[in-house]
Amino acid sequence: MAILEVRDLVKVYPTATAVGGVSFSVPEGICFGLLGPNGAGKTTTIEIMEGILPPTSGEVRYRGESLGRRFRQEAGILFQKTALQDFLTVRQCINLFRGLYDHGLEVDEILRLCALEKLAARDNRKLSGGQQQRLLLAIALVNDPAVLFLDEPTTGLDPQARRNFWELVQSIKAQRKTIILTTHYMEEAELLCDDIVILDHGRIAAQGPPQRLLHEHFAQVLLELPRQDFPAAARALPLNILEGPDRIEITTDNVEGTLRTLLAAQVPLTHLRIRPANLEDLFLELTGTELRS
Amino acid sequence: MQRLLAVLHARNLEFLRDRSTLIFTLLLPVLLVIGMGFVFAGPPRPLFKVGVLAPSIDPAAHPFLKERYTEFVPLPQRDQALRKLTHQQIDLLLDLQQPVRYWVNTESPKGYIVEKLLLAADPAASRQPVTGAALRYVDWLFPGILGMNMMFSCLFGVGYVVLRYRKSGFLKRLYASPLTAFEFLSAQVLSRLGLILFVTVVLYAGIGTVIGFHSAGSSLLLLLLAVVGALSMIALGLTIAARFASEELVGGLLNLLTWPMMLLSGIWFSLEGSPRWVQWVAHIFPLTHVLDAARAVMLDGAGLVQIAPHLLFLAATALAFLAFGAWSFRWRID
Repeated sequence: MAILEVRDLVKVYPTATAVGGVSFSVPEGICFGLLGPNGAGKTTTIEIMEGILPPTSGEVRYRGESLGRRFRQEAGILFQKTALQDFLTVRQCINLFRGLYDHGLEVDEILRLCALEKLAARDNRKLSGGQQQRLLLAIALVNDPAVLFLDEPTTGLDPQARRNFWELVQSIKAQRKTIILTTHYMEEAELLCDDIVILDHGRIAAQGPPQRLLHEHFAQVLLELPRQDFPAAARALPLNILEGPDRIEITTDNVEGTLRTLLAAQVPLTHLRIRPANLEDLFLELTGTELRS
Repeated sequence: MQRLLAVLHARNLEFLRDRSTLIFTLLLPVLLVIGMGFVFAGPPRPLFKVGVLAPSIDPAAHPFLKERYTEFVPLPQRDQALRKLTHQQIDLLLDLQQPVRYWVNTESPKGYIVEKLLLAADPAASRQPVTGAALRYVDWLFPGILGMNMMFSCLFGVGYVVLRYRKSGFLKRLYASPLTAFEFLSAQVLSRLGLILFVTVVLYAGIGTVIGFHSAGSSLLLLLLAVVGALSMIALGLTIAARFASEELVGGLLNLLTWPMMLLSGIWFSLEGSPRWVQWVAHIFPLTHVLDAARAVMLDGAGLVQIAPHLLFLAATALAFLAFGAWSFRWRID
């Protein structure tokens, strides 16, 4: 049974339609990704799912019920941006939120889970970006939630902090908790998500497990070359060529034949890279928009 | 200079495009001028103040009532009128029922003069002497200062904090938890209440010692009054901060409340003798009830029964403001 069901969700603002009729369901125990470029409607969708925003029409059901008191008790939420009360230490911040729920984890256990033991006595305003996100994740975990919402949790973090955060999320995922994740980072989605929805202009562009979607859309592989290595004359070759600002991508299901064609055209292959398609390629295929734009 | 002008321009645009704040900023000075005009307008203050034991004043009822430069104040309750005479808040008290009687404070210089005027108009009036030192202005002002401090702490202390929480997104995070608006607001009220009571008690003891003030009434009753009065004003501050996200608008609205209370609630001067509608307006404000009740207890030794109407008003407004604040509360900025 789905832990969350989203039915015909519509959110209209006076100047724009943020979500234009979205339906999907989230099975229990998986990590579910909402992907899309800025303005695609993913934050609006997740905030309606969190019960923060009212929809214009449609509904979200948690374990078959409308979002209500039970959902509030059993959901953990990490917003894109949250300020905490000034002057409170890490432990006091966790204590505050732990006090808002009927059931949950011990504060020491939460500190340990999120690797915050050494920071417990530090003023929350004096944490680094990665430490701050770990604290917000700790706050989202105080009630030992059945469903955890993470809205772009690693935006703005350095690569090391991002990888640390992913490890934390993977450990939570290993406990068979349901995670709803929105992200700009395709690497993050590929690593963490079991199922994804790609949103574009408030509508679903694709839905399913990442590997299945990639298999459905890409039977081919990609050959990448630096733009300066690709002579202008080679653009007329009978290949499926996509030009980026600094690289050329060639999509093919016949690598040997494509390489022969490039060699015949005297294209230098020293910096050639062959890779399978990833989610970013899928997004480009579906929407023609760079995810990080 | 170019950078300064760029920042100045951007700030001006921000201010001018915040319509509600702009309108309010323009409106507040106008309202203040109108308010001050009503309070301080009118003829010069009379030389003497005479209380008359009657519900209203009819100048035809006695030749003395036509006396110039004398203000006649109707005081239907004799006990209250005699207390005012004892404290020299009025210079003479007149009972027009035949035979005409009057009470005069033998320690009051102004009472001595106004008695002469009365006897010139009605030599047969019967004299009832009372004694009592004039109430020091500092004793009368003392509850006003405590009340004013309480008002600012209640309104600004809570209003701005809630506004900051809303702007920073902290309220939105709380909204995602099982916490209700009523629970959140009640916690804010109780936190501020504790602080205000502590400060008020310290000020009461400290200033009271310095000026040599001793309350005529019960200290416990004063504490009860402080609790109910602070609750009412904190809840009023929360109703202002319940919805808005602009510091300037909330600041303006809080000023719109505090200035009339400063002028009309009797912090600095008594509104006795001012037009009836001004007194009626003054009694809309919680601070007026706090000060009236505090002065009754501190200066006249009033008990629970005498100040019960004030306590009920304050308790009712506290509940009403808190209910309205919870109903209209916004966790997030739309």
